[in-house]
Amino acid sequence: MTQSNRISGGQIDRGQTLRFTFDGQGFTGHPGDTLASALLANGVRLMGRSFKYHRPRGPLTAGSEEPNALVELRSGARREPNTRATVAELFDGLEATSQNRWPSLRFDAMAVNDRLSSFFAAGFYYKTFMWPRSFWEKLYEPIIRRAAGLGSVSREEDPDLYDKGFLHCDLLVIGAGPAGLMAALTAGRAGARVILADEDFRMGGRLNAETFTIGQVAGADWAAGVVTELATMPNVRLMPRTTVIGAFDHGIHGAVERLGDHLAEPAAGKPRQILWRIYARRSVLAGGATERPIAFENNDRPGIMLAGAMRAYANRWAVTAGQRVAVFTNNDDGLRTAADLRAKGVDLVEVIDSRKGDMIVDSRGRLGLKSVTVQDSKGQRRDITVDALAVSGGWNPNVNLYSHHRARPVWDDTIVAFVPGADGPPGLTVAGAAAGVLSTHGALRTGRDAAIAALGLTGAAPDLPEAEDATPRITPLWHVPQGKGRAWIDQQNDVTVKDVKLAAQENFISVEHLKRYTTLGMATDQGKTGNVLGLAVMAELTGRSIPQTGTTIYRPPYTPVAMGTLAGRSRGAEFKPVRMTPSHHWAREQCAVFVEVGNWLRTQWVPKDGETEWRQSVDREVLATRRSVGICDVTTLGKIDIQGTDAGAFLDRVYANTFSTLKVGKCRYGLMLREDGLVYDDGTTARLAEHEYVMTTTTANAVGVFRHLEFCRQCLWPDMDVQLISTTEAWAQFSVAGPNARNLLEKIVDQDISDAAFPYMGAGNVTVCGGLRARLFRISFSGELAFEIAVPTRYGDALLREMLARGAEYDPVVYGTEALGVMRVEKGHVAGGELNGQSTALNMGLGKMVSQKKDSIGRVLSTREGLTDPEGYRLVGVRPVDPAARLTAGSHFLDIGAAAVAANDAGWLTSKVYSPHIGSDIALGYLKAGAGRIGQRMRAVNLLAGQDTEVEIVSPHFFDPEGERLRG
Amino acid sequence: MRYSGFRVIAEALTGHRGWKPMWRDPAPQPDYDYIIIGGGGHGLATAYYLAKEFGQARIAVLEKGWLGGGNVGRNTTIIRSNYLLDGNEPFYEFSLKLWEGLEQDFNYNAMVSQRGIINLIHTDAQRDAFTRRGNGMILHGAGAEMLDREQVRALYPWLNFDNARFPIKGALMQRRGGTVRHDAVAWGYARGADSRGVDLIQNCEVTGMRIENGRIRGVETTRGFIGAKKVGVAVAGSSGRVLAHAGMRLPIESHVLQAFVSEGLKPLIDGVMTFGAGHFYVSQSDKGGLVFGGDIDGYNSYAQRGNLPVIEDVAEGGMALMPAIGRVRLLRTWGGIMDMSMDGSPIIDRTPVDGLYFNGGWCYGGFKATPASGWSFAHLLARDEPHPTARAFRFDRFLKGRMIDEKGQGAQPNLH
Amino acid sequence: MIINHPILGPRDAQEFVYLGDAALIDRPDGMTDGIEAFHTYAYLRDNPAGDHRELWYHEQGDRSWLVVTRNTVTHEITKVELARDVARAMGRST
Repeated sequence: MTQSNRISGGQIDRGQTLRFTFDGQGFTGHPGDTLASALLANGVRLMGRSFKYHRPRGPLTAGSEEPNALVELRSGARREPNTRATVAELFDGLEATSQNRWPSLRFDAMAVNDRLSSFFAAGFYYKTFMWPRSFWEKLYEPIIRRAAGLGSVSREEDPDLYDKGFLHCDLLVIGAGPAGLMAALTAGRAGARVILADEDFRMGGRLNAETFTIGQVAGADWAAGVVTELATMPNVRLMPRTTVIGAFDHGIHGAVERLGDHLAEPAAGKPRQILWRIYARRSVLAGGATERPIAFENNDRPGIMLAGAMRAYANRWAVTAGQRVAVFTNNDDGLRTAADLRAKGVDLVEVIDSRKGDMIVDSRGRLGLKSVTVQDSKGQRRDITVDALAVSGGWNPNVNLYSHHRARPVWDDTIVAFVPGADGPPGLTVAGAAAGVLSTHGALRTGRDAAIAALGLTGAAPDLPEAEDATPRITPLWHVPQGKGRAWIDQQNDVTVKDVKLAAQENFISVEHLKRYTTLGMATDQGKTGNVLGLAVMAELTGRSIPQTGTTIYRPPYTPVAMGTLAGRSRGAEFKPVRMTPSHHWAREQCAVFVEVGNWLRTQWVPKDGETEWRQSVDREVLATRRSVGICDVTTLGKIDIQGTDAGAFLDRVYANTFSTLKVGKCRYGLMLREDGLVYDDGTTARLAEHEYVMTTTTANAVGVFRHLEFCRQCLWPDMDVQLISTTEAWAQFSVAGPNARNLLEKIVDQDISDAAFPYMGAGNVTVCGGLRARLFRISFSGELAFEIAVPTRYGDALLREMLARGAEYDPVVYGTEALGVMRVEKGHVAGGELNGQSTALNMGLGKMVSQKKDSIGRVLSTREGLTDPEGYRLVGVRPVDPAARLTAGSHFLDIGAAAVAANDAGWLTSKVYSPHIGSDIALGYLKAGAGRIGQRMRAVNLLAGQDTEVEIVSPHFFDPEGERLRG
Repeated sequence: MRYSGFRVIAEALTGHRGWKPMWRDPAPQPDYDYIIIGGGGHGLATAYYLAKEFGQARIAVLEKGWLGGGNVGRNTTIIRSNYLLDGNEPFYEFSLKLWEGLEQDFNYNAMVSQRGIINLIHTDAQRDAFTRRGNGMILHGAGAEMLDREQVRALYPWLNFDNARFPIKGALMQRRGGTVRHDAVAWGYARGADSRGVDLIQNCEVTGMRIENGRIRGVETTRGFIGAKKVGVAVAGSSGRVLAHAGMRLPIESHVLQAFVSEGLKPLIDGVMTFGAGHFYVSQSDKGGLVFGGDIDGYNSYAQRGNLPVIEDVAEGGMALMPAIGRVRLLRTWGGIMDMSMDGSPIIDRTPVDGLYFNGGWCYGGFKATPASGWSFAHLLARDEPHPTARAFRFDRFLKGRMIDEKGQGAQPNLH
Repeated sequence: MIINHPILGPRDAQEFVYLGDAALIDRPDGMTDGIEAFHTYAYLRDNPAGDHRELWYHEQGDRSWLVVTRNTVTHEITKVELARDVARAMGRST
């Protein structure tokens, strides 16, 4: 097809020709084109279908406010639904496909909805589909869901990269039209750090779309000249293709820079888009204005577009929207379209100016405009044959970012639009058309003044060049008095004047009700072209003024933003950072299986050759540890060094039990409560010197406990002499457990670690391997004779290898979190499943640990009646009566013979493991009045899997309850 | 007027001239038996059930803005009864049962759609916790199923199964969970209440309370004093501000929660899904937009808007779970003010002032509770005793140590 | 948001962790005050719509606890203090 509608001039590069396809058909265009301008150049007006009635649609606008010309851009995994053809830059090889139609754009079966539109009035679905009840979900809703939506998702992983960054500036200028350019020039020349961001790929704003002159040059050339000057300033950053999407608190703005969207695919290794967080001391919103339509019957046909858009297509893109064109306007600005098109040699058939009493009352042409009906002031009607119609109902300042802090714009009768008030985001000034100043000179002036005011400039400012300074002249006409047909307000969502009328009739007259009932303003353009029009129609219908009827404000983002951009690199395997333990590399060499524990990757088990089931590995690790010796990396536990003359007293406050009496060289199990009296965390804390302790926390709470201790230290007891430092990542720590633990460590530790020299619960500084500083703790989570040994993290890997090598005669095994879990359950130690933030010390059988003799965090509230119920949950052990039977953590306790209903629910299994010593599954659980039920039989039921297992309630200490082994 | 398919057809054929206003706009009477402060979902439901189920009359709902303008008008529309704790689960199951018959009850199609909810599992510890929860749900009659990884894959094969930082290992499913057209819930209750004589008074803000000898006598409003025998407050988000008129401090902080919707898309997600390795939940509306959310911003706020870090965090969760949505565009974010309570659970209770009752503290789970909350509050107002399923929602549970803390986070509202 | 740290200058709020009302500094005495006092302390809040003194912890920074005076309607921050100084001014010591 030839570019039959291409006319002279424009800011396109005719020296190059780009090929592209739309619905498989090939076309050509030029650099500088958008998909919409190129299609229009080729005489293609039909580009989309509306949401509800599947009405044929062409572009209404030439910008990011486009409601109609939405396409699926690209193909395969890069398919991008709902892309506005009006802002999609043309590139060679571009593929676009129409959407929301079947089987084709020209013939769409769903357009039957249009014929049935009287049945689909606003909110009809709330009033029907209720009978019979089951039909809504089985029949009606599935049909509605299948029909709904616009474009479709590829369902493949997005192959492109996205990035994020931070920028800082003195002045962020949003929009590079005359106001924004002047603001940036003023600030840039004054030496301020300026960022100038514009959503378009060519800066200049409306100057590119108009034929105005500034000074002695064409507006577009003046803009290009200013951009050239700004580009030479090191203190100015020009950001075309960058949309400021939101104004957030304290001058922080979100902005999306599109680096790859105008290319067939992003450059190798480069992101497609970047999310910038721009920290601006001050900002100038110079985002321009958006034209609005006038509602008349069948005002939505392809070929009918906003007057300013038609002018932009002609002036900037050298495209005429049609061969025979008319203009319908209620203001002077619309007349410019007529003048510009005439100047371009387009057959401008007629100007219908409502201020003279003429109106367009209807149109024809199913897939594209063929004619319109004009009614003159005397009521005489006549048809005129046109294939394009420009409509102007006036301009709405783009107050979006101004209202992102919920500021309400105010009504301005002179321009018949909402303009920014005084209470926008702190630091943000509005200039130019966005402020309701619609002339070019006004834009230049307010842009300059905004920069001066924002930065407090006192020096010379740029002179204001001469430019048109016309006073906007407009006589409101919102909708042509209603006939029988439908007149569109919100084109994408098919909201018509009739719908607003129905909303008013049903008392949905609040602007919020109007929006929600009719879906006005909820389409992908968020009401940029339709909201004020809808509000005005409602005002008229209810006999109120527009400001009485309400205002519309906007939420971020300014235009829709790709999810990939907002996520940046946090996706897939890089969703969160990975914390690796010091033994990670060793474990990987052994083909260990890893498990996610928060952001840590821990060794879950280390399979040996021939082991095919995880249980084989875990059982072996447990048995080998209990038989000889096992080593486990416990570096992930939190470690906090606590020093100062008040360290002991401080620990007495933050732990439920007492630490000030702990002897130097010993450690003790500590129980930490929250202020509400429930258990927060546990761990062992050692006293290494008179005023020096080292605390361990659970892996999960390492960060939280440290934060809490700092709170206690700084906020509650600010004069206590106590200092804290987190050493979690400073020390690699290994548990060495089993009957040969001491034998193995004697080959590593330089000092005497005999039972006499290093008794159970001993702790101290030692050296290893001939002088490397280390910490040794004789503590046991497994019930075995056990130590934990810590060395500076960088030696962790070497220490593990050294222990395995020097202790080879004991055939040491490295065990993972599964075996760790088996052994701790065998010993009845509480961990994640029991330390659930919902349990008290009493629940855990540790009630006596809460000292009543001192003030500690949580003591008082732990005594509340609901937390001290003698019939409350208690930690118990659980074994299946039949050793072959399986248990499942999360099963609930029921009495034998009791019905499976909540009233009989007696508790649940918190943790379950297979104990190779006992030869069956064993579990811990919280059981109501559990302490008194030891020895009784109950059922553990997992109704999710149909499991119902008879169990015996036993002591939670399954293994060596007297603790003889760990003291050995 | 009764709504039906026949009526829609008849009106379509006669130019829709017969539709009547959904509700009146009455001027306030000098006094009422009951005043409900707050014309959001809970307040309107309370008025509806007071009139319909408890046979009460002389009822007014006072709304400072527009009906349904509370959090019922800005949420992610999810209904479910998959709670863990005994204090909560019977109440939410009662609510789900009311949802199941709601549309026929109030003759308005609120599009209650039980397309199922799945909570994804990424660790063994999560599976244990969800097993405990699922069993509790079944014991309470709410129903639950455990899906393995392949069953999840069969539902949504395009989730991140292959390159995930936290692989999907299964899911807890409640088939009866789903979504509802949120605004329609408010309108349905409003219409039902109005038709039973309840005065729905919009643009009427309560500015004070008249309390004499420890008893409520009425409320001062921007439209003058209105007397009442009993006053129920259902203004979640503004609870502290309104109860301050009665001199009360509450176990509640106000926080902002942002919610999100994408551009309209052809069907992608049938049910509701929650990500287990980050805070992210999503469903797809009947119009085609993905509706999703995540964490609250985390600081006290009455601003009804949030900040960029949470938007990014939510998008990261979404992309981690669904790498195919990279080119799906976020259309709109909005912020609502949540009553974040000290244990994450609500309060429906008397206050120390005779005749003054409170309903609030819904955190960000209040929408699904709307029917049962209204019913239970109406029960409390009419009979002066708590509804059996709402007995645990007392003010004094904090004093007594009977918190209902689903997440086990303790007295820190921004963690619930 | 941006918090103007009294020692470090303006820092992004993302570096901080929020706790809540600065009244949490004013902990009752666990040996003399009872459940009622601790209930009021731990559970009840003023929750103002307006200026709010609140605790933020500079976790990704110098680990200071700060008392930030911030308007909960506009989010404007008018004062930032070290919590330790505030605690001392309230008479807290050891």
